[in-house]
Amino acid sequence: MSFLNHLINGFSLGSVYAIIALGYTMVYGIAKMLNFAHGDVIMVGAFAVFISMTSMGASALLSLIIAMAVCTALGVLIEKVAYRPLRNASSSLAVLITAIGVSYLLQNLALLIFGADSKSFTSIVNLKAVKLFDGQVSISGTAIVTITACIVIMVGLTLFVNKTKAGQAMKAVSEDKGAAQLMGINVNATISLTFAIGSALAAVAGALMCSAYPNLTPYSGTMPGIKAFVAAVFGGIGSIPGAMIGGLLIGIIENIGKAYISSQMADAIVFAILVVVLLIKPTGILGKNIQEKV
Amino acid sequence: MAMLTIKDLEVYYGVINAVKGISFEVNQGEIIALIGANGAGKTTILHTITGLIQAKSGSIEFEGKELTKTPAHKIVSLGMAHVPEGRRIFQQLTVYDNLKMGAYTRKDKKEIADTLEMVYKRFPRLLERKNQIAGTLSGGEQQMLAMGRALMSHPSIILMDEPSMGLSPLYVSEIFDIIKEINKSGTTVLLVEQNAKKALSIANRAYVLETGKIVLSGDANELMNDDSVKKAYLGE
Ligand SMILES: Nc1ncnc2c1ncn2[C@@H]1O[C@H](COP(=O)(O)OP(=O)(O)O)[C@@H](O)[C@H]1O
Ligand SMILES: [Mg+2]
Repeated sequence: MSFLNHLINGFSLGSVYAIIALGYTMVYGIAKMLNFAHGDVIMVGAFAVFISMTSMGASALLSLIIAMAVCTALGVLIEKVAYRPLRNASSSLAVLITAIGVSYLLQNLALLIFGADSKSFTSIVNLKAVKLFDGQVSISGTAIVTITACIVIMVGLTLFVNKTKAGQAMKAVSEDKGAAQLMGINVNATISLTFAIGSALAAVAGALMCSAYPNLTPYSGTMPGIKAFVAAVFGGIGSIPGAMIGGLLIGIIENIGKAYISSQMADAIVFAILVVVLLIKPTGILGKNIQEKV
Repeated sequence: MAMLTIKDLEVYYGVINAVKGISFEVNQGEIIALIGANGAGKTTILHTITGLIQAKSGSIEFEGKELTKTPAHKIVSLGMAHVPEGRRIFQQLTVYDNLKMGAYTRKDKKEIADTLEMVYKRFPRLLERKNQIAGTLSGGEQQMLAMGRALMSHPSIILMDEPSMGLSPLYVSEIFDIIKEINKSGTTVLLVEQNAKKALSIANRAYVLETGKIVLSGDANELMNDDSVKKAYLGE
């Protein structure tokens, strides 16, 4: 029965990774860049929830909405100020280095404002755990909400991309920005929208993650950011269902590995599996074999 | 007054001067051919007209509107469609989704449905393959899709960049027949081609481009019989 518990916790953690990975994968798919500051947007979202709830006494839901608004604005601003001027840069390395710079900037700003000490985060979930099999298996309220949120987001995003005009515009921009413009699609607006959605999801992920693991520091976004990036690559970067599958797999592998192999080795196992998957299928599980235009 | 008037257009790629002060015009209802060897600057001119590249100087006036100051995504709704070099259809989308993308700026569902029917009538093969992923079409079919996609915006002028490139002779004839038909039904055509013979055979007037400059222009029939054109572009 403890295996079932670990599996459920893995699912829950994996759902957080999946929500973060969606942001990575959408931005990569549409703007063709790796937004390494994405992990730090999660941290900003978590701080926004923390401040709203603890200092301003807002309700959990209101705090979450505030955090989503803050992160959306931040994501759109980062894109506009830091990435857009480099969009036609000859080297994609320039954008990557800028993204790393933005990541450090956010961390250090948070350090300046909030200090390095760990904050104790109040869970946004107020739901009783569900006990099964005479209490041998327990699913925490946070896990239930996290897994549900992940499924809802996944379905919503798939519908959005496939059924709305803005979603079609995203598909067009992801394939060919020039041709998309000839169709009358505003490429800048489409990329801004992508950053807005990814960043709003990062706020949700940050709030859910800190509800499960309540220590919040300016570095809290780094490791989940990297793992979600791994999840996106694992599932096939650019693919929305891929991000979901990759996130869940990594969360489960990490938790099962921690429980049965070694808690220190869990991360190493995750990255080792990534290497193996990429050796066998370089485009990831659901990745398409398209040549990247350089 | 001409529908499209280009005046003293200069375009640079960094320090490379690709278009060196070009002027020409396209009148309502015409087929205008822009011919010239590889690298003459034909694609650059079309990209500058539809805003994918910024001009250094000069003006592009389309039905009274200055296009050099208009962002690329606002141009199609003015009534100008561009079938780009290399087709550039959305490879991963279905034929149907590609066509719908062509009508992206249009609102009226009924009108879009009517145009779609007209496009399917003109290209029956696209109807047969409407649910096929566009990247799996043959080259000729992809060209038809690129043209159909452009027609979906219901343009008053279509710019076509080397529609015959890479196609078998049979397809080339078919594509040129279709261009003639599109023009007959009221759409003005600005046609860029390396296949000068075919282009001149359907055009009203033509401009001959050499390394970023117009070196000859006139009635298409006259150009076809011009000795220098014959030697340089018609292989006679
Ligand atoms: N992206 C680019 N960067 C630099 N030079 C370019 C670029 N595109 C085209 N050129 C140059 O501009 C000139 C005109 O090219 P182009 O307009 O493609 O000619 P055409 O369509 O007539 O073959 C050529 O000398 C070409 O090498
Ligand atoms: Mg060309």
